[in-house]
Amino acid sequence: MQKIGVFVCWCGSNIAATVDVSAVSEALSHEPGVVYATNYQYMCSEAGQNTIKDAIKKYGLTGIVICSCSPRMHEATFRKTAAAAGLNPYMVEIANIREQCSWIHKDMATATEKAIILGKAAIAKVHLNAPLTASQSPVVKRALVIGGGIAGIQTALDIADAGFEVDIVEKSPTIGGKMSQLDKTFPTLDCAACILTPKMVDVAQHEKIKIYSYSEVEAVKGFVGNFEVTIRKKARYVNENVCTGCGLCTEKCPQKNVPNEFNLGMDKRRAIYIPFAQAVPKVATIDANYCMKLKTGKCGLCEKICTAGAIDYSQKDQLIEQKYGAIVVATGFNPIKLDNFEEYSYSQSPDVVTSLEFERITNAAGPTSGQLLRPSDGKHPHTIVFVQCVGSRDTSGCGKPYCSKICCMYTAKHAMLTREKYPDTDVYVFYIDVRTPGKNFDEFYRRAAEEYGVHYIKGMVGKVAPKADGKLMVQASDLISNEQLHIDADMVVLATAIEPDKSARPLATMLTASMDTNDFFTEAHPKLRPVESPTAGIFLSGTCQGPKDIPETVSQAGAAAAKVIGLLAKDTLTANPCVAHSDEMMCNGCSSCEKVCPYGAITYVDKEFRMPDRTVAIRRVAVVNEAVCQGCGACTVACPSGAMDLKGFSNSQIMAEVDAICK
Amino acid sequence: MQRIMAEKAKELLQNGTVNRVLGWKKGEFVYDITPAVFNNTEEIDAEFVYDDFCANNLSKYLIKESRKEGKVLVFLKPCDTYSFNQLLKEHRIWRDHVYAVGIPCDGKIDLDCLKKQDIQGIVGIETQNDNFIIHTLYGDHTIAKEDALAERCLNCKSKKHVIYDELIGRDGEVLDSHRFDMVEKIEAMTPDERFAFWRGEFSRCIRCNACRNVCPACSCENCVFDNPKSGIANKAAADSFEENMFHIIRAFHVAGRCTDCGECSRVCPQNIPLHLLNRKFIKDINEFYGTYQAGEDTESRAPLNIYNTEDVEPSIVYKKGGNH
Repeated sequence: MQKIGVFVCWCGSNIAATVDVSAVSEALSHEPGVVYATNYQYMCSEAGQNTIKDAIKKYGLTGIVICSCSPRMHEATFRKTAAAAGLNPYMVEIANIREQCSWIHKDMATATEKAIILGKAAIAKVHLNAPLTASQSPVVKRALVIGGGIAGIQTALDIADAGFEVDIVEKSPTIGGKMSQLDKTFPTLDCAACILTPKMVDVAQHEKIKIYSYSEVEAVKGFVGNFEVTIRKKARYVNENVCTGCGLCTEKCPQKNVPNEFNLGMDKRRAIYIPFAQAVPKVATIDANYCMKLKTGKCGLCEKICTAGAIDYSQKDQLIEQKYGAIVVATGFNPIKLDNFEEYSYSQSPDVVTSLEFERITNAAGPTSGQLLRPSDGKHPHTIVFVQCVGSRDTSGCGKPYCSKICCMYTAKHAMLTREKYPDTDVYVFYIDVRTPGKNFDEFYRRAAEEYGVHYIKGMVGKVAPKADGKLMVQASDLISNEQLHIDADMVVLATAIEPDKSARPLATMLTASMDTNDFFTEAHPKLRPVESPTAGIFLSGTCQGPKDIPETVSQAGAAAAKVIGLLAKDTLTANPCVAHSDEMMCNGCSSCEKVCPYGAITYVDKEFRMPDRTVAIRRVAVVNEAVCQGCGACTVACPSGAMDLKGFSNSQIMAEVDAICK
Repeated sequence: MQRIMAEKAKELLQNGTVNRVLGWKKGEFVYDITPAVFNNTEEIDAEFVYDDFCANNLSKYLIKESRKEGKVLVFLKPCDTYSFNQLLKEHRIWRDHVYAVGIPCDGKIDLDCLKKQDIQGIVGIETQNDNFIIHTLYGDHTIAKEDALAERCLNCKSKKHVIYDELIGRDGEVLDSHRFDMVEKIEAMTPDERFAFWRGEFSRCIRCNACRNVCPACSCENCVFDNPKSGIANKAAADSFEENMFHIIRAFHVAGRCTDCGECSRVCPQNIPLHLLNRKFIKDINEFYGTYQAGEDTESRAPLNIYNTEDVEPSIVYKKGGNH
């Protein structure tokens, strides 16, 4: 029989306001095995922990139950407390009477009753707990950064500067991401290329960084400290090590009609291309969907003119296997598709553009060489209407429920720059709210509205309709003066909501990292662990975690790097001793567990057994590699014979908890 | 067919391919068939039988038999080959200790059908076109096959042998069976009706364990119902509902692995339609994860042992709750 101590925490008023803590400790003191029960204002405080330590020593406790917050919050704390008092840390059980009880109940009687039941379940479990000892596993001192935008670049540079090897996997032919497409950056208006390009070059030249461009993550196995990743390096039909990036092929290729994705399809590129002048790596890529040679076998012009002999039409996708200690997700964002927003006539008029398209139009390397010209007729627009929150803060289901966060600021930037360069242009901005929290942000917006004479109008645009004279009729409401407006605009710019890149969802599945309903990666804790995924060894950088601007992205990228460095600096990690083990007398050797194990921790051996009838039989039985097992428990559920069990969460412990609850 | 099979068995025994034969022999009565191991040609001549009563699925016996010295010859009807394959997939049978001979099957007799027709004192059987001629102590009876065949044979899912070393006769095809019709009827019931239906069926259970003992999927080294550590072995049921849980637990345990061989219902002395529980699982698996036939091959991942992003969400149970 265990000697169990029960410690009920008030958590200030978090628990005590809804749960009668004295009643809980009193009720639990009568449970079998309980030799001591008490309650205290803050169990996690030093005084609270000392109460636990003293009780362990005074009563010779062999197991303790803490009725407090979620084990995710303080299980580690109380395990340390127990260990400090000489008790095996795995003899500690937490009954979550805060998140799962006090916070969700209003009625004290109900909450108290439930808290007592949760306490009883934990006591029933601790009766069956056994001391566990953690093992150590080595750390592979190399990090993988998925995504080569500003987030990935900054994270990689920071990790590499600390002396660790970093690989960047970028799915497009160059790193740089969305920032490379921007013109100026708010609130200081420095040119995006001027501040990004040197960082891209730093990455390329850093001896600790390897770039896998035009590559994607194909599969991920393993666990924190020991990930095994398969990277698919897509065939670019150009030998990267030989191509000098001279660009001659990109000028001579006869296939001229390929939509240029870097300029969002507003101009054309060739079938062999370098996305932009400052691309890293600066090597050409053949677009297999358009290349005549690859499609029909005829042409081969690029091969003939390439003096470096870099063209290789026979190139195949390559699969690269690499081991990593940590993985950083920096998969970024995309503007949403505007199919659900037909009222803005985006598909009907080329003069209705997204903000990112407008960014390209104003960029010196863009389709109009930086001249603000209407896409339809190449004329200078005199009236421009900016529409905010297109698909953001949308609860109708057409768009996204969240605020895309960057639109207010970049629209202020667009409006201001337009007025600065073309003072003869009337600029209207329609908004729900202008949100400008951030250093020097509100000043920036006020400058746009007050100094540059941008017409900010509170209200939404209801309809944009192309007119016969080429103008766009913008119908909107001004909520402050309470009137309907009709504006004849030359151009309409839609501040389109941003969403996580589509590659993020399948990647999250591979990484077993969780996502929210909008496909943003979730953090281990929204406030206290904002750059870590709940999955150990997976870190988050940039907009894959939530909408953010460049300054915020860069700070978060650095934070993620610091977490990675902290992990890679360790030689070994303390493994979780709550791992699976197989009762070989019950194992059928059917391989069900092996098939569901996400970590490849289960193997099989043929073993001799003495059978009840005194014969010897050879049986195939499962063996768990405890260093590899992460204790997810999938095998225990898959096992048809019940041979597989999880230490610390055994089937009998869980059944005991259920029994205690149902009693 | 019995003669051809016996010749084949003797040939393989004599040329040393196998050292024993797993087949069928008569029990006390001609219709009382029992699986048997024959060690030599004399035993084959004396007792080997194969007729319309030989319904037993021999696959499960190979778990033990294949672990013995030498090779064992086994005769497998099409549906038995699925069980054999499934057990191979689960590494329960040592394949290189087995010589599998596929045999054709036109369906086996359900003795209860004969009983219902008041046919007694059976001493022999013959097939004549679409009829069986049953010889009895009291004269011959002619009975249409569809009135005498077991339900699982009338709704046969496949005449194809999915695995064999040698085939006697021609292989058949996977059939378009109506085996899920009854499941659909039960699904269409209200929860209360369904509960009442199963309570009625299960109330007859005498916990003889015949269904478990005959089931090829129920072949754990140590069954949970026999394991003292499980907390449920040899436990007196608290009430009649707890008693009923036995079959539901068993159906869960074989879900995704049951080939729908139908042996459970065949051996049930109380005629509980146990196969319907398994078919409900098979039907759900087919609908949720795409058509899957356990035992069809040895390589594919069973739907319950794999996760795809296209898998149904757990909320499907609310949508498929039947009529409320």
